[in-house]
Amino acid sequence: MSKPVKQIHLAAHFPGVNNTTVWSDPAAGSQIDFSSFVHLARTAERAKFDFLFLAEGLRLREQGGQIYDLDVVGRPDTFTILAAVAAVTDRLGLAGTINSTFNEPYEVARQFASLDHLSAGRAAWNVVTSWDEFTGQNFRRGGYLAQEDRYERAKQFLTATQVLFDSWRGDEIVADKESGAFLADPDVGRFQHRVSQFDISGRFNVPRGPQGRPVILQAGDSEEGREFAASSADAIFSRHGTLESGRAFYSDVKDRLARYGRGHDELLILPAVTFVLGETDADAQEKAALIRRQQVSGQTAIKFLEQLWNRDLSDHDPDGPLPEVDPLVGENTIAKGRASVRMHRDPREVARQWRELAAAKNLSTREVIIEVTGRQSFIGTPAKVAETLNEFVQTDASDGFVLAPHITPGGIDDFADTVVPLLQERGVFRSEYEGTTLRDHLGLAERSKKSGRSEKSGRKAS
Amino acid sequence: MALPDRALPDPALRASAPTGPTPLHLAVALDGTGWHPASWRLPEAQPQGLLTAAYWADLVAEAERGLLDLVTIEDSLGLQSSAPFEPDHRTDQVRGRLDAVLTAARIAPLSRHIGLVPTATVTHTEPFHISKAIATLDFVSSGRAGVRVQVSGRADEAELFGRRTLPPLTPQDIGRPDVQALIGQLFDEAADYVEVLRRLWDSWEDDAEIRDAATGRFVDREKLHYIDFEGAAFSVKGPSITPRPPQGQPLVAALGHQSVPYRLIARSADLGFVTPHDADQARAIVGGIRAEQAAAGRSHETVHVFADLLVLLDDSPSAAVARRDRLDELAGAALSSDAEVFTGTPAQLADLLQEWQQAGLTGFRLRPATLPHDLEQITRRLVPELQRRGAFRTAYEADTLRGLLGLPRPESRYAAASAAASATVPV
Repeated sequence: MSKPVKQIHLAAHFPGVNNTTVWSDPAAGSQIDFSSFVHLARTAERAKFDFLFLAEGLRLREQGGQIYDLDVVGRPDTFTILAAVAAVTDRLGLAGTINSTFNEPYEVARQFASLDHLSAGRAAWNVVTSWDEFTGQNFRRGGYLAQEDRYERAKQFLTATQVLFDSWRGDEIVADKESGAFLADPDVGRFQHRVSQFDISGRFNVPRGPQGRPVILQAGDSEEGREFAASSADAIFSRHGTLESGRAFYSDVKDRLARYGRGHDELLILPAVTFVLGETDADAQEKAALIRRQQVSGQTAIKFLEQLWNRDLSDHDPDGPLPEVDPLVGENTIAKGRASVRMHRDPREVARQWRELAAAKNLSTREVIIEVTGRQSFIGTPAKVAETLNEFVQTDASDGFVLAPHITPGGIDDFADTVVPLLQERGVFRSEYEGTTLRDHLGLAERSKKSGRSEKSGRKAS
Repeated sequence: MALPDRALPDPALRASAPTGPTPLHLAVALDGTGWHPASWRLPEAQPQGLLTAAYWADLVAEAERGLLDLVTIEDSLGLQSSAPFEPDHRTDQVRGRLDAVLTAARIAPLSRHIGLVPTATVTHTEPFHISKAIATLDFVSSGRAGVRVQVSGRADEAELFGRRTLPPLTPQDIGRPDVQALIGQLFDEAADYVEVLRRLWDSWEDDAEIRDAATGRFVDREKLHYIDFEGAAFSVKGPSITPRPPQGQPLVAALGHQSVPYRLIARSADLGFVTPHDADQARAIVGGIRAEQAAAGRSHETVHVFADLLVLLDDSPSAAVARRDRLDELAGAALSSDAEVFTGTPAQLADLLQEWQQAGLTGFRLRPATLPHDLEQITRRLVPELQRRGAFRTAYEADTLRGLLGLPRPESRYAAASAAASATVPV
């Protein structure tokens, strides 16, 4: 079966406030100065990336009742920084993570529609949900949502914003100076939306943006998350970075699209991955091992251990074996504001697996943490990394990647200079932007008002 | 360009400035195609540009060429309306706009010196979000950010959020005791909101980020502070997720037309915009704000009071009047405004500003009737006239908005508190 050559999509993740970002390296710059955002964004645009991606968390993380102080901390406001980055770039997509629990649809719709205008059609929204009262303490709403209500609110939130985006068709402003008609429709922007989570009505005050609706990204991996993505998202982040699990995830999610009347190409799968480049593969492997040790210090290893064990393990030796005591089962009271903690659904079983791993490979506590917290990483010479990335895409383990560099702001410089040209030579990555909007870059048609489906006929033939 | 560029500053004027009049501060209020409802119909108007970044960048560049202290950018949650408390269904005026904070952020990297003060509605929005948004505006502008806090009492704007219900009001209702009580509540909430903004800006001490490789700590968590605000409308725990911005606390501004908002200006703001119609009214308003300021224990702090004026400026008085008549004819009604409308020459306006300045005002926020005409009259005619009189700067003298307004960079209240606490430890 011969398939057409797929084009790879690439995004640059501004380094996050977690231990993937190495701040102790001499090359590490500011995580908050605007110049860092300018550097990363301009590098990504020079390399013809699809978009820049920003994560967000609305409360500083805590562990053991104290603000977590080992990782980079401190982020800008997502909308504001993206609007400023729009001033120093021309084509790069601008993707922001915005929480559907601690915002209101009217305001978020205004902000995304405004960002889309101010960037001439480059806005994207990574829709996330919160579950915790901990984060809620910073907001009017307070409280928290039950786990099962989070996706319901997210879905209703997204639908509500779509009602608002679609309340202007885009041709209402005539501004005819002769006749004195500014608007063609006296009722433009009118909406009324009543569902269990929202009861809103009135007239939306931002005219339709160049993309109609911003590109929708989604990161959840649960059953509900996959359905949400299949029904509503334009692209999905996954954590399934290996070839095998990537392919399984890819086909699982893509197979769900038909149920929503959507085509195979209407949802892109973009796993978040890291990379390490070297002059030789061995050199790259050596660098990668060093980076992992920078990312997981002895102190950091203990903190990860505490997150699973749900106990104070501050006296434990990170260079010794895993603790003999078992994890405390029940509500996790150690770590707050961290999504990963919820992934430990059966802490004792996870601990058993970690012990097996430690025994099999003769690993210390720190070495175990280095192994189990590693993401998919592409390690090698630029040629090898280009080849592997392309293999992932051509064999349907993904449609592209969100690259998470470990250094701010120069972490994708080498990738842009060495790997991208090789992908371009292979004809699997653009050498110039063909369109102006992010939807153009991603090959996604504008989603229409009436059906919520593609207006145009899918992606371009190339 | 029809107008000559602003004359280069004359060193002799600068030398004579210390003995001359006190320099005044100038702001321009940007809104749509200008403040006259028919401004969009003039040949020079660019109504199709209102949703583009370039339109706003050009206006701010012009304001910056005129060495103005700051621009404000109007905003509202609801669609613009000619009625004060409800939407209208007019199709003959500019409708639709962009979020002002995002617009300010979009032009920040394209400007160097001028202050950027977008409007933010505080009645339905989250102080945590606006705090980090304005802090971020301060980062991307290198210390030129402010925010004008705006209260919304409109029932239709409450319905956009669906979180609370406000009664439909008409202008005749304003005097009713229950309505006055509601207005009082909304302004108290705004004061709480500003308090939360400032606490969150202070919640990271300036030197909280330590990057201490020896101990593995990125931040000194003793220098990150919970703000623990508990108010009638909201509680906020903190700290902010955004570090302390370059100005420490960006500028807070508010517009007021009566005593309740004057109290907000006096208690909470760094800059108030007021709407007197003559010098005596200006004197009374400034006196009222200074009294409230003293009552709030802020006499030692600088609170600027700028008068708003809607301006139509031309080389001759008759040309200005003719232009106003033409605009009124297009609008089908005489121009009316909460602010005094000035129609005349830039030199006449300079006379008026200097006269009103004697009433205690520290500056003016001018609302150009049409754009770019009245803005260029300000930057290319009014400013040189004031410079000749020694009443306006001839070059930007500071890098931050606080610097331009002569406001100090505040120390974090929490740093001050911990310094005080450690000072009391016996040695």
